[in-house]
Formats: sequence, structure tokens, C-alpha cells
Amino acid sequence: MADTLHSWNPTVATTAARPASKLLKFLRRRSAIAFVMCLPLMTVIGGLVIYPAFYSIYLSMLNKSQTRFIGLSNFTYLLSRDVFWMVVEQSAIFALTAVFFKALIGLVTAHLINNLPVKGQRKWRGMLLVPWVIPLALSTLGWWWMFDPTHSALNWIINLFGGDEIAWLSNPYWARFSVILVNVWYGAPFFLIMYLAALKSVPEQLYEAAAIDGASAWQKFVHITLPMMRNIIAITILFSLIVTFANFDIVQIMTAGGPRNMTHVFATYSFLTGIRSGDLPLGSAVSLFMLPILAVSAIFILRGVRKRGREIG
Amino acid sequence: MTAATATTPLTRGVFGRASLKRNRRWALIASYVFLIVFAIFFLLPPYYMIITALKSDAEVAHMAHNPWIIAEGITFEQFKLLFTQSDFLIFFKNTAIVTVCTVVITMCISVLAAFSLGRMKFWGSGILATGIFLTYLVPDTLLFIPLFQIVKSLGLLNSYWGMVLVYPTLTVPFCTWIMIGYFQSIPKELDEAALIDGAGQMQMLFKIFIPVALPGIIAATIFSFTVSWAAFVYPMTFLYSADQQVLTVGTVTSLIKADVYKWGMLMAGALVAAAPPLIIYAFLMDYYIAGLTAGATKG
Repeated sequence: MADTLHSWNPTVATTAARPASKLLKFLRRRSAIAFVMCLPLMTVIGGLVIYPAFYSIYLSMLNKSQTRFIGLSNFTYLLSRDVFWMVVEQSAIFALTAVFFKALIGLVTAHLINNLPVKGQRKWRGMLLVPWVIPLALSTLGWWWMFDPTHSALNWIINLFGGDEIAWLSNPYWARFSVILVNVWYGAPFFLIMYLAALKSVPEQLYEAAAIDGASAWQKFVHITLPMMRNIIAITILFSLIVTFANFDIVQIMTAGGPRNMTHVFATYSFLTGIRSGDLPLGSAVSLFMLPILAVSAIFILRGVRKRGREIG
Repeated sequence: MTAATATTPLTRGVFGRASLKRNRRWALIASYVFLIVFAIFFLLPPYYMIITALKSDAEVAHMAHNPWIIAEGITFEQFKLLFTQSDFLIFFKNTAIVTVCTVVITMCISVLAAFSLGRMKFWGSGILATGIFLTYLVPDTLLFIPLFQIVKSLGLLNSYWGMVLVYPTLTVPFCTWIMIGYFQSIPKELDEAALIDGAGQMQMLFKIFIPVALPGIIAATIFSFTVSWAAFVYPMTFLYSADQQVLTVGTVTSLIKADVYKWGMLMAGALVAAAPPLIIYAFLMDYYIAGLTAGATKG
């Protein structure tokens, strides 16, 4: 191992002199150890992320019984189906609406908490982060129970104010609303925490200087807070876009894609076709349609994180 | 938006000390009012879950009273039922085994790799670090179908040991990424001093880096614990019999018997299943939050 690695180290070539041989030996050993220490990680990532990712592409080009290579037929089949286009539409609506409201609520609550006296902030932050801590599958079960048609506790409140009962999960449009609502409830605290951390990192002097110049709170927000937080807002939104776009738990538990397939997102539709109906190649074709948007988001996140890393130093 | 309008009076009132004070008080009151509204929204489902779990079946079914309060007395019947009449304890045991194994495996892999990538560097280590971050962004719903084939070919389908195999894909990339950040923030002088004293790489890792980066290690451990405890896609796909099932999927699917929803018991199950992450959060909130925000601020 050490012999093959030795040529990898660029400093080795320059340290040819006799007194340096000890150093050379050390460097050789050091990079060899470094490489060995990374081996378990590379095994996990290579064997359980990269290999499956490429295997998925191969799998999506087979027929249902996985005996014959059929090229892109699975993809063209999907593109010709109305249900699939509904999945595309609903995934886009689901991800964009949910991320927008998560970001908005996160920004508002972060500002509200930041306004409070410092000693009270911890308590509020701790309380508002609870939805994020409960495993999503279990809190979704709680929401489902609140939406339950015969016992709905939410409809009880609506009745109290004289409104009509809502068929939360059996009316397709209300079902779409419900899955988005649960996603916003679950994800907003994450934005809150990220924005609160970012708000704390804006230097106080900037606000003081702006106050002396007579800036209004709105001006301070637009000209100081937003520019200072722009990068973290972008990273958080893109990251959340990926997670929301690929979400499975909420839709699977509350509606399993129904009514009339109108709440299916890519993940649940891929589960239905691939696992429930046993057509693994078609299922992996469905999930591969997520790849382009994920890849684009990932590139921008990486850029943002690198930039932020440099800013912090 | 609301926050901005809430603080507006704060700066308008620079003309007089009395009005400044008054405006500031109003801004504070407005903040509290809005925060209470948000807190109700965020805490409503957990509150309702607790309320339901403490009711008798009869009260849940009859809907004679306000559903948001317990009218006919608190009962622990549902919890008793949960522990004696269902497979819940099996799920709990399975989840505990899978989670502990995953956390141990994750931390061993991540700490070693992060130390190597953050401090030692070798040919290609920069690319590898970037690659790790990218794999963190690959969602489980993209990989569950090919992994189904892989798990099946290894004979681990419907076995919780299969979960121990695949869960590290959810935890290792992020834990490694934040540990790289923590290790890099440790001053170079420390390892130079250790080198002069003749410490080897392993000694350096265990005697200096792990103790100094302990907050990061705690944050990463909490992260991998909560992720493996809450995982849903993989067990939903790979496990189907009750004796191998984990808590999340078990509670959602198996506790529902014969199409009669025993809501009281279901909610009791959901609460007990959610308890371990909540307890950890209650005691180690700062580490939890540090781990959460580290992904975007470190590196």
C-alpha cells in the first residue's frame, strides 16, 4: 500500500536529499494512513450510494421481469401517461408552495424571537423547534388523526365558528392543501433555526450605524439583514427544495397518493409502481426523473456553501 | 414582514425617550402575540396526540365533548394496551438495536474519515470531501429501489440487519462533513506540538482531536441517532413482518388492526416512539442545534 501511495504525494519528488529521507518516509506513511482511514467511508459511499445510483439507471432500462434490455421505453411510457404528468405537477406544486411558506414562516418567527429579550429567546426557540424533533412519520400520524373524517378535531373548531365541515383528505384539493400544510408545519422550524443563527451573526455595529443615519426598520431589513443573510437563505431554500421534492412520509401515510392519484409525488408514485406493483424498473425510472432538479440544486448549494466557507474564513 | 412592521415603532421613536420606551414595549407585546399564535400552530398536533392517548376508547369514539380536552378523566389504559396487546415492544427493541449499531458504525467511519480529510490530506482528498457533501444531498427516495435489489441479493430483505447496512448512507455523509469542519477549526499548533512530543497519528486523534472536538462529536452522534430513529422509507420498503419491524413503520402500519382505528392506542404508540429523540433534544438542545446549523456554516 505504502509503495503505491508514495508516488501520489507531490512533495516526495522535491525531497530527494539524504537528510530528508526520514521526512520522506514519514510523509509516505502519513498519506498512506490518511488513505486507509478513508477506506471505510469510501466503501460505504461507493457501495451504497454511487453503485446503486448507477445501478438504478441500468435497472430503469429493463423490462418488468428484468430479463430484457428495453432502452428508454420505461421513460417514454411514463411520459405518455396522464397520471405521471399529474405526479410532476403535484410534486412541483408541493415542493414550491411548501418551501415558500416554510421560508416565510421561518424568517418571520426568527425575527420575532430575535426581538425578544435575550434570556427569553432560548425558551421560545426550544418550543418552536419541537415539530422538527418528532420523527415525521409519527407526527404525520397525529395530523392524520386531526384530519379524520368522523372525529376531526379541526372540523370541531370550524363548526364552533359556524363553518362547514371540510373533507380534509377525501376532497382531492383539500388533500393537496393538507399534505402541504403538514410539510410546512414540519419544516418551518428548520428555517427558523438557520435564520436565527444567521441573524445573530450580523454585526450589531451595522444596525447602530444605520440607526444614526435614521434608517427605518424596513430599510435596515432590506439593506442590512437581507444582504447579510442572502447566502444562507439561498442555501437553506435549495436544501429544503431537495428534501421537500423527495419527501415520502407525509403523502404515503396520509393519502398514499389518493384521492384519484392527485396527491402523488415522485417518491410515493415510485414506491407504488416499483415496490407495491412489483415493477422495479418502472419505479426506478420514476425516481430518476427527480435527478435533474436535484442536480441543479446541489450545484448551487455547493457554490453557496463554499462562498460562505470563505466569508467565515 | 410581520417582524419588520413590529419593530417599526422602535426606530420612529428616536425623537423622545418616553415615546421610544413606549414604542419598544408595544413592539415587544406584538412579538409575543405573534409568537403565541405560531407556538399554538406548532404545538397543536403534539398536544392533541397527548390528549387522545390519555382518553378512554369510549370518550374518543362518542365525541360527546370538546375533543380538545379530557372530559371523562385521565386513563393510562391505552399505554397498558399498547405494551401488552400489541407488537410495540418488539418494534421498540428492533429500533433500539438498529439505531445503536448505526450510530456506532457511523461515528467510527465519520471520525476516522473526517480526521484524515480535515487534517492529513492526501491525493484527491479535496475532491473526496466535496463528493461526500454531494452524497449527503442524494435523497433516500432516489436510492430505495436499487437498494431493494442489493439488500435482496444479500439475503437481508425483511431483516433489521439490512437496516444496519443501509442506514449509514443517511448518516455518514453529513456526520463526516460536520466533523471535517470541527477538525479544521482546531489550531495547527496543537498537532505540531503533539508531533514534536513524538505522538503518532492515532495517538493524536484520540488524545487531542477527539477531546477537543467533543462538541462536534456529540452533535454528530445526536444527528445520526435522530435520523436512524426516524427513518421511514427504507424500513417501509425492506421490512414486512412484525418481528423485524421498526417503530416508525410499525406504529403507522401494524398497530392499525382489522380496519378499526384504535386512535387512543395509536397516539400512545406514536408518543412513546417519539419520546427518545424528544428527551435527547430536551437535555442537549444546544448540541442538537449546533449539529443542525453546522452543515451550512462549516466547511
